[in-house]
Amino acid sequence: MAANKRIMKELAEINNNPLQGCTIKLAKEDDLNNWDVTMDGPPESPYAGGKFNIQIVLPKEYPFKPPVLTFKTKIYHPNVTNDDKGAMCLGMLRADEWKPPNKIVDVLKLVRAVLAAPQPDDAVEAGIANEFKTDRKAFDKTAQDWVKKYAK
Amino acid sequence: MALTDPGRYITSGGQLSNCLARPPRSHFLSLIHRHTFSRCTTQPEFNRATGCFVIDEAAASTSTTPPLTRKRKLDTTTTSAPPTSATAGAEPVRKASKTKQKQVEQVEAALPATPQTLVSDKPMDSDDEVNSVISSDEFGGDADSSVGDVEDFGADDSDVDFDDLPEHDNFETQEKDLKPRKKAFEVDHKVYSPEDIQRQQDDQVAEVSTLLEQPHEDTAILLRYARWNKEKLIEQYMDGQEEVLDKAGLGQDVQKSPPRIETIDGFMCDICCEDGPGLQSLAMKCGHRFCVDCYRQYLDQKIRGEGEAARIKCPGDGCNRVVDAKSLDLLVRTDLTDRYHQLLMRTYVDDKENLKWCPSPNCVYAIECGVKKRDLTRIVPTVQCDCKHSFCFGCTLADHQPCPCALVKLWLKKCADDSETANWISANTKECPKCHSTIEKNGGCNHMTCRKCRNEFCWMCMGVWSEHGTSWYNCNRFEERSGIDARDTQARSRQSLERYLHYYNRYANHEQSARLDKDIFHKTEKKMTLLQSASNMSWIEVQFLEEASQALQRCRQILKWTYAFAYYLARNNETEIFEDNQKNLELAVEDLSEMFEKPTDQLSGLKVEMMDKTTFCNRRRIIVLDDTAKRLKDGVWEFNVDLNKPV
Repeated sequence: MAANKRIMKELAEINNNPLQGCTIKLAKEDDLNNWDVTMDGPPESPYAGGKFNIQIVLPKEYPFKPPVLTFKTKIYHPNVTNDDKGAMCLGMLRADEWKPPNKIVDVLKLVRAVLAAPQPDDAVEAGIANEFKTDRKAFDKTAQDWVKKYAK
Repeated sequence: MALTDPGRYITSGGQLSNCLARPPRSHFLSLIHRHTFSRCTTQPEFNRATGCFVIDEAAASTSTTPPLTRKRKLDTTTTSAPPTSATAGAEPVRKASKTKQKQVEQVEAALPATPQTLVSDKPMDSDDEVNSVISSDEFGGDADSSVGDVEDFGADDSDVDFDDLPEHDNFETQEKDLKPRKKAFEVDHKVYSPEDIQRQQDDQVAEVSTLLEQPHEDTAILLRYARWNKEKLIEQYMDGQEEVLDKAGLGQDVQKSPPRIETIDGFMCDICCEDGPGLQSLAMKCGHRFCVDCYRQYLDQKIRGEGEAARIKCPGDGCNRVVDAKSLDLLVRTDLTDRYHQLLMRTYVDDKENLKWCPSPNCVYAIECGVKKRDLTRIVPTVQCDCKHSFCFGCTLADHQPCPCALVKLWLKKCADDSETANWISANTKECPKCHSTIEKNGGCNHMTCRKCRNEFCWMCMGVWSEHGTSWYNCNRFEERSGIDARDTQARSRQSLERYLHYYNRYANHEQSARLDKDIFHKTEKKMTLLQSASNMSWIEVQFLEEASQALQRCRQILKWTYAFAYYLARNNETEIFEDNQKNLELAVEDLSEMFEKPTDQLSGLKVEMMDKTTFCNRRRIIVLDDTAKRLKDGVWEFNVDLNKPV
């Protein structure tokens, strides 16, 4: 299938030219639509030293529909839901923003950027966003505590 | 005393033995509850009776496009003549039937005097002209002049008779000349078929296209971007052409040639990563090239999957270019382009404040009406589609005259939610002063012991029982302030509940009766056939039954809403006049309803009486509607709620 060819090409590109701080593999060897990503917390962010497990599911309409991205590791972040879903709010992953030529590697780059610099104005967790804006120290502390607790 | 619902009520009793096993009161409560729910699920379904509502009085007026006019209009559309030719076509028809009009005039003259019936206040030749969007100020202004005396019904009576004659088709063109007057409860509106709407769009595109010197396709995209506000678009365009083009999704022209499907050597599609020889591809003017298969799938996903049409962007990463109809036609099959155009049409009507789709299921028509949202406190803009569905242009709910939209929303909400259950509880129960459990007392002594917290108190004064001393059965603190307050609150609450139930019961009753009348309507047709064979009456002679049936349903629907209206009315002299009018209509309706249910063999003897009653009902109906609408327009009504407050 056309989609498979595209996904395989993306995988090959990523393996040849790995993204810094990311290890990517298929969750199951025979399933191209389930990716398993481990992302290091960006240095100089409260998430530094943490290892975050991210699951990426490619819908069967991919690349015409955006991939679905979830944090399997709990993370204290304004743009990631603080529940067992761990859904991330990313502009480019919304159906009306997603363009078919966008690649997973672009998504992962964006995730890293958002980890390094949270976007409290597009928050899914209003409480965390508020703390991030008003009491940065407390936010950093909790985020670091969560890294120690969940992301080691 | 009985325990009603272990979870919510705790009935405690005096130690006396009056704990009779009674059906718990909460049973009754749940009854009310269910009752309320089932009542208020009014679906916007097509109702034949209400559908015909405007016909008698309003069809004659300028508002609806009569079938004949529509036919004419369609004819002209197919020959793609400009709108004015339609009116030219109407002229000979008018002249040809002038003699007929004369006859009508004579009949009119013979009927109770209506001096202004024949005066045409405007040249009514062109629908477009008359019904061109009336400004909100206009309707307020002309209301008084156009509304005749309320007591003057001659015209309406004759109207009813003429309209329902089967051969009335030929009169259609003159109807508006005969009836230029507009009642206070009528609004000008116009029905458009999908072809009309398409033509409207095409006309506007053509007009703006020459002004801006842009091709049609691009102009259409610009207009959609500006939500069909021509003036705003032209102004913005003159201020900054580049910016508008860019924002509308027409910027960044890379290639000049119009898009076409090509085969380019060495091309690899960015979406599927195919690069085989002979791969067909297409790029719009932005230059982002993708293979035809990917393009198709992308468009399919957008149109069918997301219902997007006006703002489908180029698949290119970050590209804002909007896919135009021409490129789309090159790429996809007709079923998808059909859907695409359907969606475009939908956004056109949705974008225009003076256009609304008829909410009736499967109806394809749109209605134009000039009443603005902010005027909805002063008018109930009821419009009728060519599919016969009557609805409110303000809220698109089914016809709810004479009740303004805001009150309808409040009322439906009140009926639907459970607020009245709470009212009932407060009228019939008290709370334990200590633990606040809800307690219903249904008999027995005043010495209460809360089963939950064992608090002992007096039901009369709610005070602690131990302070009552020996006067167990005669509360000596009865006259104390707190006791009086408590009783006052309770009495008020009970009264407000009764008031609500008074109006609700009547509202619900008329709703149900209208439904039952509808069932009878179906039987009427059988009755009519029976009558024809039993009494040698002709088809025309039994038409009075159908008229009666329609009048009944129309009146009942109005009565229904008068009760919702009355519930929110503050009490003053105006209210009394309103109630008198309401009572008169109700009496007339009940009389007619009774006659209507008589066995078939008696019906033919009742014909004259029923026809009179039908006319009378319609007359009373107009009084109620006209009077209410006029006072609403003049802001005379005082409500006990704020109409401007959003629900």
